[in-house]
Amino acid sequence: MKDGNGSLASPSPKTSKRLVIKEHILEIVSDSGEGAQKAGQSFGAVSAKMGNGVWTVEIIPADIQPPPRTKESASGIRIRFGSGKITNAGDEADILVAFNEIVPYNRIEQNVYREGTIVLIENKWATDKSDEIQKSYATAIQDFKDRKFVVYEIPMEEECLKLTPNPKKGKNMWVLGMLCHIYDRDMEKAAAQVGYIFRSKSKAVVDSNLQLLQAGYDWAREHLDLSYELPSVEAKEELVVMNGNEALSFGIQAAGIELCSMYPITPATSTSHHLAECIQSSGGIIHQAEDEIAAVGFAIGASYAGKTSVTITSGPGLALKTEFLGLAVMAEVPLVVIDVQRGGPSTGLPTKVEQSDLLAVLYGQPGDAPKVVLAPSTIEECFHFVILARRIAESFRMPVILLSDANLATGVQPFPRPQLREEWLSPPVDQSPRAEGAMPYGWDEKTGLSQRPVPGQAGGEYTLTGLAHSEQGKVTYLPEVNQKTSALRSRKLATFGRTLKPPRIHGDEEGGLLVVGWGSTLGAIEEAVDIAREQGGSVSSIHLRFLSPLEPGLLDIFKRFKKVMTVEINYSDSLDDPMITPENRRYAQLAWILRAQTLVDVDCFSNVYGQPLGPGKILARINEELGKLN
Amino acid sequence: MFGIKKDFICDLPKKYYTLSNYEKGVARWCPGCGDHAVLSSVQRLCREEQLPPEKTVFVSGIGCSSRFPHYMNTYGFHGLHGRAFPVACGVKFRRPDLNVFVITGDGDCCSIGAGAWIHAIRYNMNITTIMFDNQIYGMTKKQTSPTSRLGTISNTHPTGSVLPPVNPLQTSLGMSNVSFVAQTADWVPGHLFATIKAGYEHPGFAFIKVIMRCSKFMGPLVEEMTTNRDAVSILTHENGIQADDGTLRAFKNHLNHDPSDIYAARGLAEDQESSYLGLFYQNKDAIRYDQYGAHNLGFTPEEKMAAVNAQLDKFAV
Repeated sequence: MKDGNGSLASPSPKTSKRLVIKEHILEIVSDSGEGAQKAGQSFGAVSAKMGNGVWTVEIIPADIQPPPRTKESASGIRIRFGSGKITNAGDEADILVAFNEIVPYNRIEQNVYREGTIVLIENKWATDKSDEIQKSYATAIQDFKDRKFVVYEIPMEEECLKLTPNPKKGKNMWVLGMLCHIYDRDMEKAAAQVGYIFRSKSKAVVDSNLQLLQAGYDWAREHLDLSYELPSVEAKEELVVMNGNEALSFGIQAAGIELCSMYPITPATSTSHHLAECIQSSGGIIHQAEDEIAAVGFAIGASYAGKTSVTITSGPGLALKTEFLGLAVMAEVPLVVIDVQRGGPSTGLPTKVEQSDLLAVLYGQPGDAPKVVLAPSTIEECFHFVILARRIAESFRMPVILLSDANLATGVQPFPRPQLREEWLSPPVDQSPRAEGAMPYGWDEKTGLSQRPVPGQAGGEYTLTGLAHSEQGKVTYLPEVNQKTSALRSRKLATFGRTLKPPRIHGDEEGGLLVVGWGSTLGAIEEAVDIAREQGGSVSSIHLRFLSPLEPGLLDIFKRFKKVMTVEINYSDSLDDPMITPENRRYAQLAWILRAQTLVDVDCFSNVYGQPLGPGKILARINEELGKLN
Repeated sequence: MFGIKKDFICDLPKKYYTLSNYEKGVARWCPGCGDHAVLSSVQRLCREEQLPPEKTVFVSGIGCSSRFPHYMNTYGFHGLHGRAFPVACGVKFRRPDLNVFVITGDGDCCSIGAGAWIHAIRYNMNITTIMFDNQIYGMTKKQTSPTSRLGTISNTHPTGSVLPPVNPLQTSLGMSNVSFVAQTADWVPGHLFATIKAGYEHPGFAFIKVIMRCSKFMGPLVEEMTTNRDAVSILTHENGIQADDGTLRAFKNHLNHDPSDIYAARGLAEDQESSYLGLFYQNKDAIRYDQYGAHNLGFTPEEKMAAVNAQLDKFAV
């Protein structure tokens, strides 16, 4: 392959040996609506099917149809794929496919390219009838070269026009074909994937896209000197590949949850899209409510009637559900709430990732409202944690909140195919008569647990209320009762906490720096820790799945390290900022909790660029901290 | 020879529920409050229909009216202010075997819960809603209600309220998929009972507005209606509420109104201070969302897992 500024190679077929690589990061960026995501998702799926590790993240514009050829219009996808398991989106990209010269600047601003990043760019703008566009294109190409990108100008439109009168609709498949040649993808699998994504379209549409796919492949073979080989490891077990929201949808069904009550909100909604496609076949149903409050109220109604339900939302919706969450805690109604976090506060960054709802779910309700909060850190965990959440909700008679985020929601990763089990499903609604004298809140003093009556159970008749109530479910404002019942609700968390194990330590059991993470940052943190350790750094990490109650043994672990630091995607003050002192500094959200709970001086590294935290940035910070420790 | 002739088999009488099976505690509403009358009527309905207490759920919001479930010996859900409708709809959606009632008030329904209310009308689930309209906030001690007559003096409007009231009948009748709208009054017990019974029997969402006396903060309109029988008209029709003879004798003004005529119903409801008692509108054929919700119940574990596995196949590598 060429160094310096690339260009089209001679038109003779390329038979050069493929360069063997361990992994690559590929980005495809287009105007919104040009299908870069579809091309990238297909590429990722094909790669996963070939046995490569894959992680993909979508680049989503905030508006539905932003003006074309603007930075705001940048829409696309990042695919990190390799021979081994890929656990995060990585740092700078190796290859960028751009449909025009403007959209890459959206990404350049976010420093996701480096010297040597290969840029494959649509060349039709060079000869556009507008002088302004021609000039813009020439300027950008020069700028790319100045940034030491390796530029290939590709006649995408020209080639597509040979097959379709409307290249805007098919260019993405041509690009997919081109990439399939560059990375030696299995074209049978690629064709099958194209057939799958256009499954609801006519045969003519499918055929046209298949032709474009093949044309892109052939063109690259004839004209490009880029060709890589990515050894794949044959999977020992059967795999499925999907994004985190689809995994949530499968988890909901595998848990036997028969009702998902929701209101559309980004980035949670795509879960309900998948559910809407298939939940009726597994005996469930989706209710699109009139608003976020009604969505959770409806779910609570169904849960009260014995059908433990789920509601799915994101930040602003979570805020609206606050009052009902308090009711579910107070009245001890099992409920699964999934919060796919986005940037906040307020409407914030609808399509971008943040881990900023932790304190809101823990402390958002007026009054004391203890509940279980857990956070999946992989796409596979998105599946399994829903099943877990339903069981906890029913056993402990309380809402369980699952904190996913935009990174998991849109990230696509292969994982072992779940082997479904009957015990994962919710049991049938108990309609047997209640034992004589059984009370609606017959709390066990030691654990805080009680068995709830369900409508239909004779002898269990009671009126659920959000007011303070006695064991009989009767409204009472007696001071002792409120103190006691508050303690019992809190005790359920302690009881549940007794079932948890201390977190596994990634790296040595003791040493210099301990990094603590939660949620979707798992892969990036562990990758950074591994690199730092290879370089001789004394650093380990733990990753918390349970945030309420916290996993046990943290203090014991923290004491074995010189410094403890959380890595999170939410806001914290930096001590370098104006006005900020150690006393008034506001910490990242998990750091607040850990400091309060352990009295250890836990530091934090967090930011809100709306981007997944790459291993490179985490590594840099780890090295900085290690430098200070030595 | 040991066979028993069919004629000899007699049904063991099922448990017969008496009024006391539905009563719980002593209602803590003020003496003279209209809520007591509705409670008695509903308990009577339960007995007449022999509703199993364990299969009956009263869902309420917040306010004087919403204490109602605590006085019924059935299942109850005394939830959040304005949110009885979504909870009740959630109860009914996957449990068609339950009898679901909503008890709400003018503030609960027409103010804080207005969004949920109009959508509950549109969902048209088989739920009986009784809206206690005393045109004042009683529990929080006399604030203006969304249904207070213009100029009502209250603690939040000491010089008189400044906006015209919400018209619950008109609003209901203006909502798409509306299927049952009726009005009655707490001090006309025969009519009250007949209306609640008709609402219960209606296959869909029955919205019953009960004009209600508040013994502490009586609204001027209610005062007028209770003191002047001529201010009230009874709607009569063969398809309407069949008022008892006593009611028809006591209230001389009768109006024949066909409850299938929504335009006429809207006309009658147009008057902000409409004092017609009876069935304004009924459509037994409106789309029922609870039927949609219950259409795929009862899957076996095997069926559920087979369906999920079939879906997983599409994501298999």
